[in-house]
Amino acid sequence: MIEALSAPPAKRAKRQIASNRTRRLWGGLAALLALLALTLLLSLALGANPLTPTQVWHGLWTPTGEDGDIIVRRLRVPRTVLALVAGVALGVAGALMQGHTRNPIADPVVLGISAGAGMCVVGSIFVLGVTSLYGYIWFGFLGAAVASALVYLVGTLARGGATPVTLALAGAATHALFTALAAGMVIMDRAAMDTYRFWTVGAVNGRPLELTTQMVPFILVGLLLAAVNAPGLNALSLGEDVARTLGVNLGTTRAVGMVAITLLTGTAVAVCGPIGFVGLVATHIARHFTGPDYRWILAYAGLLGGALVLAADTLGRLVARPGELEVGIMLALIGGPVFIYLVRRRKPVRL
Amino acid sequence: MTHTLDHDDVRDGAPAGAGAREARDPERPGVRLRAERLSLAYGDRTVVHELDLEIQDGTVTAVIGPNGCGKSTLLRSFGRLMKPLSGRVLLDGEPVHTLPTRRVAERVGLLPQSPVAPEGLSVADLVARGRHPHQTWYRRWSSDDEEAVARALRSTGTYELAERTLDELSGGQRQRAWIAMALAQETEILLLDEPTNHLDLAHQVEVLDLVRELHRDTGRTVVLVLHDLSLAARYADHLVAMKEGRIVAQGPPVEVLTEELLAEAFGLRALVRYDEEIGAPLVVPLSRERALA
Repeated sequence: MIEALSAPPAKRAKRQIASNRTRRLWGGLAALLALLALTLLLSLALGANPLTPTQVWHGLWTPTGEDGDIIVRRLRVPRTVLALVAGVALGVAGALMQGHTRNPIADPVVLGISAGAGMCVVGSIFVLGVTSLYGYIWFGFLGAAVASALVYLVGTLARGGATPVTLALAGAATHALFTALAAGMVIMDRAAMDTYRFWTVGAVNGRPLELTTQMVPFILVGLLLAAVNAPGLNALSLGEDVARTLGVNLGTTRAVGMVAITLLTGTAVAVCGPIGFVGLVATHIARHFTGPDYRWILAYAGLLGGALVLAADTLGRLVARPGELEVGIMLALIGGPVFIYLVRRRKPVRL
Repeated sequence: MTHTLDHDDVRDGAPAGAGAREARDPERPGVRLRAERLSLAYGDRTVVHELDLEIQDGTVTAVIGPNGCGKSTLLRSFGRLMKPLSGRVLLDGEPVHTLPTRRVAERVGLLPQSPVAPEGLSVADLVARGRHPHQTWYRRWSSDDEEAVARALRSTGTYELAERTLDELSGGQRQRAWIAMALAQETEILLLDEPTNHLDLAHQVEVLDLVRELHRDTGRTVVLVLHDLSLAARYADHLVAMKEGRIVAQGPPVEVLTEELLAEAFGLRALVRYDEEIGAPLVVPLSRERALA
């Protein structure tokens, strides 16, 4: 105690350590941006027809109608942009979900949001006869919103309000309900079956660029709300009682979080299908480097999510040439081992 | 020497709270927190019954009582964590449950029983989170925050541990770090729910010494729930003994802690002896066998 009171040298030392760590975290962020740029470039260049960086550059800025230009502009740019936007959205949403549920395996699939979107996609085809991609994507978004609202409401019904456990249980129940409904409709309708089978894999190819452009405003609002939510999440991670005594309004904080999660995952899942594991994997890698500060976790998880989806999509084009493996399948292949790692860790992850 | 200098530093660190001083209870000057015919319930189980209690400014109050007597529940309601079934809790004369969370958080800090931190959180980061009520979305971190955190670390003796993670600390160190977090909030009132829970005797004394020091150096009003009766008598100015959701006795430790009270409230046969050296009553529990014989 007495040594601790003679502070000035220790104070300097501490400031030094603190600023070193901040510098390290900013450095990590720069490295992640570089990684993201690399995966972007690879996603534009690689595929059934590999292109050189020069060809990519030419196709992007001075297209003259050559084969390479057409590949870049028609095929690679739309899926690359979509993979980037969806990846960032899913990464940030994953971190938000883990923070709010304090559950290290929270994920749009686990929380039933993907199932909600899937059910509404099928429902729109089966009941309303929607055939256009644009049409059922809006229904997918609606389904995701309904599912997350349901999870939140059911989770809140418990005495004492929404807790990590009630949210996880409500998510599991919602997932089961919507999956069963979707399965029922798919069995009765061939057209719904075909679309659902395609949608449920989770992919970023074959979606026009305009669709991604329409997503962007929703994603931006979601990201903004996520940033606003970060200090509240930090306080919440000390337990609800401590958070409340620190002046956090639990209802508002949870509501802002749920709206952000719905916007981010709802949009991404509606367009791409249920891409699982991104939020899970990105958040765990992010937390490994940043420690338990959600301001950094959210930023890292977003960039990692983008890089991860881009890399998985690019890899999917290369492993089964001339065909390809959808990004959803690739990510499941990557995500499986992460689950095993989490199980095999000596100490259980505590959020 | 630097020690004295730093000690002044701690003294200066008395919670600012200028606004709060003006807003004192007009009906009861000198009372910060007050329960008025307060009943508290979990579902349909009422645990506190129409209780009246006044917490005087600048005192250390210890609430004692057997398990399940409602003492932690009472503390939680003082910290606005529980809505009253009936009656009210007044903070400087205002009903605490109608005040915004943040307004309460500027005046009252509460450390719950056995709090849990996320894995890998450093002491410095934990303590920094105590500054949450002083931050807004446009003003995140200031030199005030920096100084408050440094003061809290120093006055709890956790400065040297600042960069360690909580998982690496001993129980006593960890508890001091949590207290530092509550201190960084710089509230004039501090509520501690069994701060010595799960600590060995040496660490219990360490934590209570710290509470006493804080009270002496900054004049904070402290309310704590304690299990150990002798320690409660020694460290508190005012004892409140509860049984089945009601107060059975309150006042200075010497008056409250009697053999009759222990028999009545705790169903415990014990010897109570005033110790000159310590200046407080000591409780020596008698075993059932001795009591029967």
